[in-house]
Amino acid sequence: MIKKMKLRDIAGSTEHLTCGHRLCTGCAEPVIVRQVLHAAENPVVVANATGCLEVATTIYPYTAWKVPWIHSAFENTAATISGVESAYRALKRKGKIDKKINFIAFAGDGGTYDIGLQSLSGALERGHAFLYVCLDNEAYMNTGIQRSSSTPRGSWTTTTPVGEKIVGKPEYKKDITEIIAAHGIPYVAQTAPSHWMDLMTKVKKALKVEGPTFINVSSPCPRGWRSEPEESMRLSRLAVETCYWPLYEVENGVWKINLKPKKKPIEEYLAPQKRFAHLLKPQNKHIVEDLQRRVDERWETLQWKAEVSQQRSQQKQQQQTSANPTSQ
Amino acid sequence: MTQTVTQKIMALNGAEAIAEAMRQINPDVVASYPITPQTIIVERFSEFVADGLVDTEFVAAESEHSALSASIGAAAAGGRSMTATSSQGFALMWEMLYIAAGMRLPIVMAVANRALSGPINIHCDHSDSMGGRDSGWIQLYSENVQEAYDNTIQAIKIGEHQNVRLPVMVCMDGFTTSHAVERIDVLDDNAVKKFVGEYHIDHPLLDVDQAVTYGPLALPEYYFEIKMQQIEAMTNAKPVIEQVSKAYGSISGRSYGLVEPYNMEKAELAIVILGSTAGTAKSLLDDLNDPRLGLLKIRTFRPFPTEEIAANLRKCKAVAVLDRAASFGSIGGPVFSEVRAALYDEPKRPQIVNYIYGLGGRDTTTDMLKTVYDDLDTVAKTGKPDPVQRFLGLRDD
Repeated sequence: MIKKMKLRDIAGSTEHLTCGHRLCTGCAEPVIVRQVLHAAENPVVVANATGCLEVATTIYPYTAWKVPWIHSAFENTAATISGVESAYRALKRKGKIDKKINFIAFAGDGGTYDIGLQSLSGALERGHAFLYVCLDNEAYMNTGIQRSSSTPRGSWTTTTPVGEKIVGKPEYKKDITEIIAAHGIPYVAQTAPSHWMDLMTKVKKALKVEGPTFINVSSPCPRGWRSEPEESMRLSRLAVETCYWPLYEVENGVWKINLKPKKKPIEEYLAPQKRFAHLLKPQNKHIVEDLQRRVDERWETLQWKAEVSQQRSQQKQQQQTSANPTSQ
Repeated sequence: MTQTVTQKIMALNGAEAIAEAMRQINPDVVASYPITPQTIIVERFSEFVADGLVDTEFVAAESEHSALSASIGAAAAGGRSMTATSSQGFALMWEMLYIAAGMRLPIVMAVANRALSGPINIHCDHSDSMGGRDSGWIQLYSENVQEAYDNTIQAIKIGEHQNVRLPVMVCMDGFTTSHAVERIDVLDDNAVKKFVGEYHIDHPLLDVDQAVTYGPLALPEYYFEIKMQQIEAMTNAKPVIEQVSKAYGSISGRSYGLVEPYNMEKAELAIVILGSTAGTAKSLLDDLNDPRLGLLKIRTFRPFPTEEIAANLRKCKAVAVLDRAASFGSIGGPVFSEVRAALYDEPKRPQIVNYIYGLGGRDTTTDMLKTVYDDLDTVAKTGKPDPVQRFLGLRDD
């Protein structure tokens, strides 16, 4: 069981990502990282993909990290941490290390959905014990807001401009959380920094697992989303409340929705973000309708997966109990 | 040289010999991906892991890029880490080669040299590792199976030396050496263990009480100095390679310097070469028994032994540098360009020509090398090196 956290305890615990880093005002990344690190109970070693978080926190000769941290390249964070974790296992077996250490990788959607998908898939399949946290801000923000496979349909980016013929990104967002869940790893979750208790509980759960785990976190980006810096946490909340970004987890193959909001229309999430400004014009109404349809369909599918997998899990438990009535 | 430890005679091919050296080194992590003709190394090593003969964590990576990335993570963590590759795998590692060196991680990598696509070709040339010559790795080239084994053990000691701290490639010719069974002398396990010692880095990632940041962003104010330190480390590597070679000689009876002169005492006409074809040249020289003809084998291509090469070649009348890699549009192959530059400061320079040979596994015979010496004779007599770049063993149909 995960012990319920209190704000007071978190406020009193050590900061592992210090102030003085150069991430933008309103960027959700440092908020998420701090929540993740506050939730960790054991010492951690962090691997970081190339991206905003990496460049803005480790400008030589300074570092904002008070935990061991490694960055090697963009597409290989999972591979890098898998090497660190392998060395840990080897040294532990030889008795050269006795501490329990948790391994955490941070990467953006570019480093996760796109260029890093292969190395992530490989490391998950190999079963290394690490938590991979995707900071999903839905485009290549570090290079100046280019589309990624995480960018939602209709969104403006510098490589999906709003033109006369093509209006923003024509393609749908890739569902990486389900792709990762399909690896059959012990723990996969989706969360948002506005729901800090949900996020931190999921990190605690993930770090208790002796195997690969993955958490996808919605990470509002005022520069790329063309939103006001003070709006980031409200946008994070709206992503959840519109069911655009459901809070859910897949634990040992069982889907569970952690929050079932009274679903708000997608426009409420789109409106404060100027990357979607063109969608609110009458001629683009069909794109908004399509986005709403997509959200509805995925929300229904998710509920269905939760229902079916939970029923199946209960049936299995009952079968086991009736097969071994004395093993209680 | 006196031999102080007992050795076992084994019949191994180059890949098996490297795997055997890796078993004896017993690294903490081996991360690798199979590719012909390197594959035997990972297969043999996997067997050692499966049989519990090593303490190593074997990471069967999903690509060479990830294999080297994992090796980097492991080395930074505080583990001794090794890998192996070839050709396209080497090319896929490219990005990480520079990062491994820039992070000063003494990873040892076996390279079974193989041609690069396209067209695809699985046989030997040096295009793969020659392309990585400026990545900041030390490069040792092996003539035969014995050297592949000996170089692997020495590479650990060289790369991990406090004044060096650089990754090391141990290159052997794909198939010609990797798949050829030879009789070699293998050191006793304990002797190897003692020789390589314990892996140590000053600031391992896994020291959670002394948190360090590996791989930060270095802007124009600092990047240059960090590269300067790498340049200095490579300079420091030269005497270290010789010291390690001497120490290795004292236990094995086999010692290799930066270069190996063969029949060079009175040589007027010399071939410069690296890899297995040096063995072919030695065989030819033994047959010809002519003091006018010599061979200079380069064992260490990085750091480049400029002085040693100049010292060996300065008295020659004509020199042929053989390159098993093309440098398209250049004055010659990579070895040629540097050997020629090494002679620039000599008051009396030999005539010097370049031969591109053996691309994609084209066989290079003693007869072909004989034609090179014949050509050199003409060059020496006429005093004209034209054409400077030549091609050995090309089809004429």
